[in-house]
Amino acid sequence: MVLDSGDTAFILICTALVMLMTPGVGLFYGGLVRRKNLISMFALSFVAFAVVSIQWVLFGYSLAFGPDIGGVIGGLDHAMLAGVGFDGDGIPDLLFMAFQMVFAAVTLAIITSAVAERIKLSSFIVFGFLWTTLVYDPLAHWIWGGGWASALGILDFAGGIVVHISAGWGALALALVIGKRAGFGQYGMEPHNIPMTLLGGALLWFGWFGFNAGSALAADGIAANALVVTNTAAAAGALAWMGASWINGKPSSIGMISGAIAGLGAITPAAGFVDPASAVIIGVVSGLICYYALLWRLSRNLDESLDAWAIHGVGGLWGTLALGIFAVAGIGGVAGVITGSPAQFGLQLIGAAAALGYAFAVTWICAKAVDLTLGLRVSEDEEYVGLDISQHGESINA
Amino acid sequence: MKKVEAIIRPEKLEQVKKALAEKGLFAMTVTEVRGRGAQKGICLQFRGKKIEVDLIPKVKIEMVVPDAAVDTIIEIVRAEARTGKNGDGKIFVWTIEMVAGVRTDEIMTE
Amino acid sequence: MPETELKKIEAIIRPEKLQQVKLALAEADLFPMTVTEVRGRGAQKGICLQYRGKKMEVDLIPKVKIEMVIRNDDVPRAIGAIRAAARTGKFGDGRIFVLPVEQSANVRIADSVTEDG
Repeated sequence: MVLDSGDTAFILICTALVMLMTPGVGLFYGGLVRRKNLISMFALSFVAFAVVSIQWVLFGYSLAFGPDIGGVIGGLDHAMLAGVGFDGDGIPDLLFMAFQMVFAAVTLAIITSAVAERIKLSSFIVFGFLWTTLVYDPLAHWIWGGGWASALGILDFAGGIVVHISAGWGALALALVIGKRAGFGQYGMEPHNIPMTLLGGALLWFGWFGFNAGSALAADGIAANALVVTNTAAAAGALAWMGASWINGKPSSIGMISGAIAGLGAITPAAGFVDPASAVIIGVVSGLICYYALLWRLSRNLDESLDAWAIHGVGGLWGTLALGIFAVAGIGGVAGVITGSPAQFGLQLIGAAAALGYAFAVTWICAKAVDLTLGLRVSEDEEYVGLDISQHGESINA
Repeated sequence: MKKVEAIIRPEKLEQVKKALAEKGLFAMTVTEVRGRGAQKGICLQFRGKKIEVDLIPKVKIEMVVPDAAVDTIIEIVRAEARTGKNGDGKIFVWTIEMVAGVRTDEIMTE
Repeated sequence: MPETELKKIEAIIRPEKLQQVKLALAEADLFPMTVTEVRGRGAQKGICLQYRGKKMEVDLIPKVKIEMVIRNDDVPRAIGAIRAAARTGKFGDGRIFVLPVEQSANVRIADSVTEDG
């Protein structure tokens, strides 16, 4: 239980890097919606960050990382951060808590994809509080907090399951409950500001170095490996998606940045277990399957508006399984299918399936509960004039 | 020659453009504008407080055409841009006295 | 026709020619104007890009619209200045429309209807 000043300094910085990903999501999504909903989309990310920051201090951290109760949830011993102090294993417990908090926050921000341009702000605050409590906290406990999944040996280095599967598949359930945007499928809803989306993507890519390398929880070789494979998979995903969309027309810049996010989402669970060569494959495959997931989503006329499901849900699922395929014992101490150990793949499959089912089902229940009591959606008129004016009383038209 | 100015819902632009092009009415200038109509915008109720939203985003299409084409344009814009709800827009017709090309020295007058 | 009859000039030009046109109009002593960024397509049906055998039509190309209300006598000078400054000789140079103006009132000065005071 000795503190390491190098590790502590590193994780302090990584916490700040990951924090920047939440407004990054806001910019990314903000550019993709219509002009009248830009402020709303950006604000939802900040609201998500603020709601989770408070929830985490009150009891969220304790539910995720408190003493295990039956393998499914943490106890409330650390509610109000009781017993979370300056001491810790390598880094102060207080810093570990803060580092985990920014992960929980960005996960809720990702899910706002599903409700873009039609969510009632007050209902989102209630939903966000519920969702983080009932979906994120238990999943984090299962995998990272000493729950049943970690006991089985299911691995998730930086959040392929806890962040990306939960947000992506949760977004799908949420989109089904809230319903399509008015006019979806009848006329185009083109992104109103592509450079803003690219800037948001840049902040995500940048922040992801803190997200994945920081998940080593130490400034060491594993962190360096995580950073290298993270960048490699992002680049591979960007080129793969761009290439696939090139065949069908023009290589869109939104496709390129979406591919990068797909690669980043997929490498997240595996970053501490695979080598850079595997990261190329993981990234390319992720770029391709997420692209085709998006096309499928559109062909089914599903309004999971900004594709958290296609990119984070599908990419995170692939990455969680890819860990079981490409893991190298010399890096993270675990071997995958390719190096002769199929057992880990089976474990990853169980973990991914359980998390996916849980996230989808419980998100659906949370969304339905809020919808039946408070109503998730704004009125038709409010949706028509846009959420900037109807929810915030503001407009980017000065 | 006449100038037809149509203020329509932004989401109807693609449809209107396509329908006009099918009739050979291709040339146009499009501007994103904000406007309010005689209905005084949309009134949102917030717990007893009223918020009036006027100056709603619209698209303005301008086309300069021979007099004979004016009725066709009005007909097409109405057919494509109508939802039946307040805020579908308006169409204005102006007299154009002269059209001058920039690329060529062509001048067309009434 | 009275001397003071007013016309509105609406010129759609290439955005990159705006500075030159502004300068040319100022030199012709025609200063007041309103400028709007617009998108437009002409009778040439936009620009057609060939892309791997597939055709991609780019219509609604960014343009600039200049509006000015001037005396009838100044119309030829305005058209001349705009043409001289905005012409490249290629499709897409734009068009100039002349509309009658029934009345013009200054906002700052009371009782200034129709006079361009």
